[in-house]
Amino acid sequence: MTIEELRAQFPQLQRTVYGKPLVYLDNAATSLRPQSVIDRWTEISAHGTANLHRAVHHIAAEATEAYENARAAVASFINAPSADEVVFTSGATHSLNLAAWGIGEAFLQEGDEIIIGESEHHSNIVPWQLLSERKHLNIKVLPVNEFGRLKIEDLYYLINPRTRLVCISHVSNVLGVVNLVGFVAEICRRHGILLLVDGAQGIVHLPVDVQELGCDFYAFSGHKMYGAPGTGVLWGRKELLDKMPPMFGGGEMIDSVTWLRSTWAPVPRKFEAGTQNISGTPCFVEAIELMKQMPSGDEVRDYVYDKLRGMSDVRLYGLPGENSLKIPLFSFTVDGVHHEDLALILDKMGIAVRSGQMCAEPLMDAFHVTGMLRASFAPYNTMQEAEYFVSSLRKAISMLR
Amino acid sequence: MTLREKQQQIIDDFSMYEEWLDKYEYLIELGKSLDGLPESKKTEDRLIKGCQSRVWLDCEKKDGVLYFSADSDAIITRGIIALLVSVYSGRSAAEILADDFSFLNDLGLKENLSPTRANGLVSMIATIRAKAVENE
Repeated sequence: MTIEELRAQFPQLQRTVYGKPLVYLDNAATSLRPQSVIDRWTEISAHGTANLHRAVHHIAAEATEAYENARAAVASFINAPSADEVVFTSGATHSLNLAAWGIGEAFLQEGDEIIIGESEHHSNIVPWQLLSERKHLNIKVLPVNEFGRLKIEDLYYLINPRTRLVCISHVSNVLGVVNLVGFVAEICRRHGILLLVDGAQGIVHLPVDVQELGCDFYAFSGHKMYGAPGTGVLWGRKELLDKMPPMFGGGEMIDSVTWLRSTWAPVPRKFEAGTQNISGTPCFVEAIELMKQMPSGDEVRDYVYDKLRGMSDVRLYGLPGENSLKIPLFSFTVDGVHHEDLALILDKMGIAVRSGQMCAEPLMDAFHVTGMLRASFAPYNTMQEAEYFVSSLRKAISMLR
Repeated sequence: MTLREKQQQIIDDFSMYEEWLDKYEYLIELGKSLDGLPESKKTEDRLIKGCQSRVWLDCEKKDGVLYFSADSDAIITRGIIALLVSVYSGRSAAEILADDFSFLNDLGLKENLSPTRANGLVSMIATIRAKAVENE
């Protein structure tokens, strides 16, 4: 598929802001939606709405089939051994909270330890802090080095007999560097430690094979991968999910309910209490279908990387090493210029970027900054847009100096 | 110049620029020309809550008149607070409280700021009013 063909599928790319063509570079926060996803969502909302898994009527069966087809599509996309291991949620944050609850109840005792990557999004920090308050656990931090790469070798002295779990991202939402998950998985496996991976950014740009990665849990959102907002996935190994209690009760998550005690449906339904996202979740099928055909975007990524590296007053965070890759996500600061001023000027030039702490306050502290500017690209962003971004950035910096 | 005249002057200055980028350039220049605060005065109690970037406001009362000085680490925010300082500094508390701050609507500032920055502007106004109430 050519980039022109790809762009034609995203209506929002036709938009203008302040009379200028929109250059959308905030894809790491939320990607745009293709017409196929919009159509699917609309079609289900207009003609295919019914409650899932329960009623015997025709539309309920149709809606259930659409929902379960999405489960199969996701399972195949991440090479999960079984579709039963794919739990649908409202997004990665929901997935991580659900995982924290279940892992905590099933596998952790007072005094146990969790290791969390320093570059994690708040969504992969706070659920573990909530858990550790409830269960009196200890949290340790796996640091990143000055280049923004996880210091995986530090695991060797962070791990002790009480370590039960390591939580890292596949790719940090600030640094964009692909963490060597396989390497971490190998260390965890040898020590009998569980490994959870926040794949919110990774799933968008990398081929994900959960079996090859060797992790125990992998979480991501639909809205960052061109799917519907309010959708997400928690993948987990079945023998672990089986042992984890549900976080929410009610709806189709039950097997039997009596006043004495209730029993749960098998996974994944055990974790899907309440009415599901009937219109949104089936859209994973269309999103995945399109992702498989997208051009790589490597040329744009390399161009922006080289240009930013070449600007002497720009400090880019997250530099890949010889053995690591970077996704097209660039967080940086400019000497003597506030990130928010830059974002505001770029906005008036039609460029949507992110500024601030990007839900990673501990990482901002580690780099001694109050915030950064982030430009995150998708395969539908063209070379012309990349060039416009670079020249606009230069112009904005000179205005603000 | 009365408070109202000063406001009208800013409205006139602002309306000379059609493009929002040029209006920002005007705010940036205002920000650059603001004296700012010494590091010793950039304290927690002078920090205005609710702004994405950090903004400090200092208020001194002399002979019944309030004198504001301010600073921010972001230049456009600095320009906005400079604009407020130029209008409200050197006025009595009663004069400030009698004003409804509606000249900001005439500037179209709120609509053209991101929601977080518009909230920041609201916080700046609230702080200036609070200082006036304290010193009434």
